[in-house]
Amino acid sequence: MPNALRLAGTIAAKDIRAELRSRTALLSAVVFAALVLVVFNFARDPTAIAAADLAPSVLWVTFALAAMVALNRAFNIEREHGALDGLLLAPVPREALFAGKLLANLAFVGTVEAVTLPLFMLFFNVNLGPALPGIVGVTVLATIGFVSVGTIFSAMAVRTRFAELMLPVLLLPFMVPPLIAAVQVTARLLAGRPLSEMLGWLRLLALYDVVFVTLCMLAFSAVVDE
Amino acid sequence: MIPSRAGSATVRRGLWLSIVALVLLAGVYLLALRFTPVEARQGMAQKIFYLHVPAAWCALLAFSLVGIASALYLWLHDPRLDRFAASSAEVGVAFSAVMLTTGPIWGKPIWGTWWTWDARLTLTLFLFFLFIGYLALRAALQDRAERARFSAVVGILGMLLVPFIHVSVYLFRTLHPQPIVLKPSAPSLPPEMLRALFASLAVFTLLYIGFVTMRYGIAQLQDEREEVGDAA
Repeated sequence: MPNALRLAGTIAAKDIRAELRSRTALLSAVVFAALVLVVFNFARDPTAIAAADLAPSVLWVTFALAAMVALNRAFNIEREHGALDGLLLAPVPREALFAGKLLANLAFVGTVEAVTLPLFMLFFNVNLGPALPGIVGVTVLATIGFVSVGTIFSAMAVRTRFAELMLPVLLLPFMVPPLIAAVQVTARLLAGRPLSEMLGWLRLLALYDVVFVTLCMLAFSAVVDE
Repeated sequence: MIPSRAGSATVRRGLWLSIVALVLLAGVYLLALRFTPVEARQGMAQKIFYLHVPAAWCALLAFSLVGIASALYLWLHDPRLDRFAASSAEVGVAFSAVMLTTGPIWGKPIWGTWWTWDARLTLTLFLFFLFIGYLALRAALQDRAERARFSAVVGILGMLLVPFIHVSVYLFRTLHPQPIVLKPSAPSLPPEMLRALFASLAVFTLLYIGFVTMRYGIAQLQDEREEVGDAA
C-alpha cells in the first residue's frame, strides 16, 4: 500500500510539474473564476439583494464552474502524443493511477479555489473572519467528492466527440448533492450558527466522499483498460 | 453474413407485447374515467393520477434495472447486459417524460403552480438529466466495447447518486402528496380507485416490457450490422 501511495504521488507530481512549466491552464482557470465572480456581481440588483444573501451561492457556483473548466483539461494533456498509453504501460495499479490523477486535479482545483476565495471576499465585501477555517474545511470536503467523479468522467469524456460538452452534462447532476450541502454549510457559517446545525450536511459530504472516491477508484480500470 | 433472425424476432415479439399493452391501456382509460369515482376535492384533475403514478413507477423501474445491468456488465462482460441497459435507459427516459409532463398538468390546478422544487420533483428531474447524459455519452462513443464499459460506469455511479440527491433535496420541505399505497398502514384509497391504479400499473409494466423488448431487438440488429461492417 505505501508503494501504491508513492506511485500515486509520482503521477500527481508529474502532472503538477507539467502544469507549473506552462502555467497557461492554471492562469486561464483563475481568470475564468474571477470573471464569473464579476459577472455575478452585475447579474444581481444591488438595491434589492444584499451581497451577503447571495454570497454562498455565488461562491459555490463559481467553484463548480471553475472545477469544470479545470477537469476538462485533466485528460486532454494525457491524450496528446499518446501519453496515456505510455502511462498505462507502466506497471502501476489502476487504483494508484486514479489516485495520482485525482491528487493532481485536487491540487489544480484547490489552487483556483484558493485564489478565488480572497477575490470573492474583496468583490462581494464579505468578511469571512472567524468563519474562514470552517469554509476552507467544507471546501475541501465538497471538492474531494466532485473532483473524484469529475476525474473519472474526464477520462471518459476525452474519448468522445464533443468532450467539452460531455463532461458538464455528465458531471453536473453529480455536483448537486455536494453543492447543496456546501451552500447550506457556508450560509450557516457566515451567519455564525452553531456546529450542530451543520453536522447533518457535513456527514452527507463525508459519506459522499467515501462512497464516490472508493467507487471511482474501483471503476477506473473499466475506463482506461481495453 | 446474412443477418440472423434473432433480432427481428425479438423486435416482432416486442411489437406484439406493446400492441397488447396499448389496447389494454385504452381499457385502463375507460376504467379510470368511466368506472372509477371522481375524487371529492380534486375533481377530474385527479384522473391523471392513473397515468402519472404508473409512468413514474416504470421510469424508476427502468433506471434501477439500468444500474443493476451496468453492475452485472462490469462483472460478466456480457454484451446482452449492455444492450438491455441501453434499451431500458431509452424507455426510461420516455416514461420520465410522461411523468414530468403529467405532473405539472395536475400541479397547476391543484397546487396552483406548474413546478416546485419539491424533493421528489427535483429527484426525478435529475434522474431524467442523468439518463439523458447516459444516452448522450453512448451516442458520442464509436467503439462498442468502450461504449459498454463507459456507460456501465455511469450507470453504476448514477444508481449510487440517487440516494444522495434524495437526502440532499429532502430537506427542502416537500409539497408532493405523501404515499397512499406503499405505506405502513393500509392503503387509503377507496377500492375502486385502487383497482384502477393497479390495473394501470400492470398495463404500464407490460408496456415497459414491450418497449424494452422491441428496443433490445433493434440493438441486436444494430450490433449484427456493426459486426458485418467490422468484418468487411
